Parts: sequence; C-alpha cells; structure tokens
Amino acid sequence: MNISRRTFFSKAGSMVAMLGLLSATRNAFAGWNASAFGAKTVPDVLKDLGNLTLVESPDIILMAPDIAEDGSVVPIEVTSSIPNTQRIDIIAEQNPNPLAASFRFSNGALPFIGTKIKMGKTANVRAIVIADGKAWTAAKMIKVTAGGCGG
Amino acid sequence: MNRREFIQLLATAAASGAVLNSRSALAGEATGFYDLPAFGNVSLMHMTDCHAQLLPIYFREPNINIGVGAAKGQPPHLVGEHFLRYYGLRPGTKEAYALTCLDFRAAAQRYGKVGGFAHLKTLVDQVRASRPGSLLLDGGDTWQGSATALWSKAQDMVDASKLLGVDVMTAHWEFTYGADRVTEIINKDLTGHIDFIAQNVTTKDFGDPVFKPWVIKSINGVQVAIIGQAFPYVPISHPRYLVPDWQFGIQEEGLQTHVNTVRAKGAQIVVLLSHNGMDVDLKLASRVTGIDVIFGGHTHDGVPRPVPVKNASGTTLVTNAGSNGKFLGVMDFDVRNGKLQDWRYRLMPVFSNLLPADPNMTSWINTMRVPFSSQLSQPLAGTESLLYRRDNFIGSFDQVIMDALMKVKNAEISFSPGFRWGTSLLPGDTITMEHLMDQTAITYPTTTLIEMRGDTIKSIMEDVCDNLFNPDPYLQQGGDMIRVGGMHYSINPNAPSGQRISDMTLHGKPISPTKIYKVAGWAPMAEGATGAPIWDVVSEYLLDVKTVNLRHINEPKLLGVGNNPGLEIHC
Repeated sequence: MNISRRTFFSKAGSMVAMLGLLSATRNAFAGWNASAFGAKTVPDVLKDLGNLTLVESPDIILMAPDIAEDGSVVPIEVTSSIPNTQRIDIIAEQNPNPLAASFRFSNGALPFIGTKIKMGKTANVRAIVIADGKAWTAAKMIKVTAGGCGG
Repeated sequence: MNRREFIQLLATAAASGAVLNSRSALAGEATGFYDLPAFGNVSLMHMTDCHAQLLPIYFREPNINIGVGAAKGQPPHLVGEHFLRYYGLRPGTKEAYALTCLDFRAAAQRYGKVGGFAHLKTLVDQVRASRPGSLLLDGGDTWQGSATALWSKAQDMVDASKLLGVDVMTAHWEFTYGADRVTEIINKDLTGHIDFIAQNVTTKDFGDPVFKPWVIKSINGVQVAIIGQAFPYVPISHPRYLVPDWQFGIQEEGLQTHVNTVRAKGAQIVVLLSHNGMDVDLKLASRVTGIDVIFGGHTHDGVPRPVPVKNASGTTLVTNAGSNGKFLGVMDFDVRNGKLQDWRYRLMPVFSNLLPADPNMTSWINTMRVPFSSQLSQPLAGTESLLYRRDNFIGSFDQVIMDALMKVKNAEISFSPGFRWGTSLLPGDTITMEHLMDQTAITYPTTTLIEMRGDTIKSIMEDVCDNLFNPDPYLQQGGDMIRVGGMHYSINPNAPSGQRISDMTLHGKPISPTKIYKVAGWAPMAEGATGAPIWDVVSEYLLDVKTVNLRHINEPKLLGVGNNPGLEIHC
C-alpha cells in the first residue's frame, strides 16, 4: 500500500461519508428497525426481525478473529453464497443491544459485507442471512480479553 | 571449523585444562556429545526465545506446566519425572539438567551454565561445517530480555544475530520496541543479511502485508520455503500504542494460501517458523495442510522429539526449542525425487562448559558491554534462595518483585505479569543490576498503584487464567498466570471460564467483592501511566533487605490437578 493510495482513500472515504449522511436521512433510515436494534435479548431481536427461526448453513462464511485485538472495533466479514440473499444481520449475543448491524442487498448486489462491531465481553457473534423468506445462520465465538502478556 | 578440528579443539581444551578441567563431570562426556552424524541433504537449525541472553546463564525449567483438556499429559505439558519417563531419560544426567527442574541446584553446580552466543556460535559453525548449505532460523524473542538489549534499543542483539549467522527470523517481543524501530532495523540492518518474515501481520486499514510472508531458499538444489508466523496477539499482550497500525491474529486462511503458493512455485519442503506457542502450533498443524515441519517457540518448551500431527493431506511435525539460548534444534531432511523421504531431529542443549567460546563472538560481546559495565555489575543483594521465574503460577524471583512492589509502594496486594523469560540464580549468588534487568527489561516498565474492588481483582485473575487454561489452544496466549503477592487463592485449571479462582483471602480474611484494595503492579497496557520503572522499585528494595531469603512462595492452592503430569512435587 503506498501513501498516495491510502491518502486518496481516506479523502474519498470522508466524501462518501458526507454524501452518505445526506442520503441516509432520506432513504436508509426509513427502514430502520428501531425495535430490533433496541431489543435487549437475542430472542427479542429475532422476534423483532420478523419471528425468525434460524437454520445453520455452511453457505455462510463468517470471518472474525479468535481473540479480539480491541473489543471496541472487532472486524467481522460475512460472505453468503445462498441464492437471493436479501439481508445480512449481525448479532453479538452478549451485547446490551445484541443486534449490531443489518445490511440489505438489492438489484443483484453481491452478498458480502465487512464491518467493525463493538463487544463488551466474550460472546458468540452470529450472522443471519435472509433469502427467499428463510433465515439461515452461522456463528463464531470471539474472545474479548483485558490483555497482558506472558511468553 | 570442521568436525575433526572441533573435536581436536575440545581435546586440546580438556588437556590444557583451559575450559574443562574444573568441570570434571562434563569433561569425560565432552567427546561425542556434539558429534551429530550428518543425514540427508537439507538441514535447518532452529533457535528461539533467547531473550537477549548473550552470556551463559542458569535457567530452571518449570515444576508446574499443566495441560488441560486434550493437552493433559501430552507434550509440552510434562515436567520433572513425568518428562524423564516420557522421553526415556535418566535422572542426574546432563539432559535431565537441561530439560527439567529436578535437583536443579546440585545439577547446576555440576554441569554449569547454559547458552551464551559465543558457545552457540561454536555449535552453529560445527553444524554448518558438517552440513553444507544449512540455514539458521530464529523464531524471535531475540531482541528483548536483557539490560543491554533495552539500553541499545535491540542494537546489540541485531548485531549479534548477524555475527551468529541467522538467516531468517520472525518476531514477538521485537514489536515492543515500536513499529518505527522494527521498520528501521529491518531497513538499516537486516536487509541483505536476515529475512524478517511474518504472514500474519497486516495493516489495520486495508489488510496489506507489512512484512514478507515467506522466503524460498535453495539448499543443495532443493527448494525450501520458510513461512513466518509472528506472535498472533501482540496488540493484546502488549500496549496497543506500540504497533498502532498493524493487526495480527493466527490467520489460518492466509497461511493455507501461502502454503499453496509456495508449493505451486516448486517448494519441496515447507517450513513454518512460528511464534504461536506449542499448543497453538499443534492445533494449527491439524487444520492447515502442506507444511512439513513447524519450528515453534513462544512457550519456551524444550521438546526433545517432534510431535507428528495428522491432517487432511499428511503429517506435520511440530517442534519447540526452549528458551534463553539453552538449545539449538537441528533438523536434517532427506529429500529425493522431489519429496521428503525421511528426517532426523536433535534438540542440542548448549552447555557452555562443553562448547568452547568462539573468540570473535566473545570479543564482540565484551566490547559491546564496556560502556554498560558499571551499571550491569552493580551489586544489589545476596541471595540464600534459588531464584527463578518459570512456573505456571509463581517463581521465586517473582516473589521478590511482588514483595518489593508491596513494600515500596505501600500496597496490600501486588500483581506481576506471568512472563516465561528471566534467568535463574543459585543460592550464594550476588544479585546484580544485570540480573534484575533479566527479569524486568521491557519498554513499558512503569509501576502502578491502583485502588481496586475485590470483584475487579477476581475478574482480572479469571481473565488471565483463561488465557492460560482455556481448553481451546486458539484462545490461549501462551504466557503464565499473573503472579499475585499478599493475597492467597485457590485455582482449578479444569473449571470453566470465570469459575477457576476461589477462596481469595488477605491476611486470613475473605476478599470482599465490594471492598477497595490497594494493588501495586507494573507493565500497564494503557498509554500515559506514570510511576517509577520496576527496576528502580526492586533495586531500592534489594539494597534495603541486603540478603534475599524466601521462607514462603505464594503458590496458590491447586484444585483438581493432583495426578496431572504437568505437576512435579519434587522440585
């Protein structure tokens, strides 16, 4: 990675962020599921997301560290190879508000997302894929530790 | 120097009495011990975790190294007599001295110090002479662990590594000099001499590789790929600000991709030079395919025989080569028809009384030390106790550090990190500033005094404990338990996360979850902590007490591990 590319991306990123803010207020927030994001338990989140019944799927790849380097920004990547993936939700099961993110895919967008979520303690992180009205899932345990060394 | 010259040199030394005469226990065993018959056509030497120990030292192996879950009773979780039985070694021998804590004081007096770069250099050169084209791989933790390394910002170890003839290295504590210093050393000193490799370090923003992930070397016409695996948890185990822009992790998928790439480029042997720690390496070997051998470090386990681990496409050998310059691993491969046919491995202890010191290295080390000599040799106290660190829960030198913290900082309880480095001192030795720095020389040495609730103390201890005893190796970090002074507790390593610590008491009274306690510690993770460096606190204490005579070591009460072969009561 050379400096000019990194500088370019950081500038481009701030522009996108500004534009995003404008459009977000008009469009994206219209579909904001306030009750699901506000729910305090996993069963409540699933209820608010549409009474989901989850089925484990090997067609979801959830990439995340085994031990988080920083619990306040834990990198998560989800790739779905389930046909007609319309939505990917991410749940950190032990968070005070477990639903961390929800992404919608339309017009044939490739169902791949990368984001960073905040975690207070060690927990299962679960990706939920909605496709053709069914809910599929994959989970990974991520350890959050205070740190300190040995070897 | 070829093998014959080497043996002649030993014989001369023995005859003249220059090196060996006062060590009669070893003199008769000298000839032949380092006489390794050459085998095959590709040889790799492996050293790891020398922790900047340029001179010969004593290093006592642990009496407690408990394995939980599937690791119980398996290498490397064997100590003392359990270790000897497993490997068919006899008690009282120099091998038993090198590899176990048994009868350490007497054995140390009998067989002398171990390691030292001048002695290691002689052994490395001997192996090179009998095995043309062989390479020396360094698994890291080379630049940290001594006063001179800290004071020269690792320059002494960088120069010594080049003089020793290291060809390839990966890293862990190296990163604690900060990202800028690591980059500077690679650009200024290592380029053209030592390949610094790590496949699992990338930039936080775009995930771009920071270092070369691997190198391919041609050894006697055989293509050998060496992939680097740095310690996966640098920003968790050490302050984040030291490497603000880099991310680590085990990165299995990336590793598999690199293995496939080097195989596609024609590598006939694929080696992982790893600082994962042995438990992590054993799990990784069962999941990643196409690696012939993992040369491991970090957990400081002297493992005499490689552990073969089966995976989907074959078998991967896993080694670990101890610490503090005590050992040199020598792996010989017989590669024919494009394939690995057979191998031989020896973990060679470096007995400084058996291996003559290389004159050039000796002279270089002596010259390097001159500007520091008065500080290094400053006497602080005598000791009537055997001082060591290595043990799952506490070492006697840790007890001294925690006593010093409580006394000097006026605390009820003290914490000290569960480091596995730190040399040993025999009863009767004088503790010098150099010895104290061997236990404390880090780049974030600040001491702290914090008011902590009882429940916070428990949660910190449970957290560190889980990094040691989680049954899943990928959730371990490879250090030992946080050392605790003042407070007693019980521990059940086999209990679930968060439930291993119990019976916490201070002066016989139970620790109250809601009460506030004054806790002294050092090596804080947060930036901006203020306080005297740990060596100032401990030296003040030692100058005051004059003689260390430990009547008690605050070993916790162990529950549920009575028959664990990682426990030796005879040390």
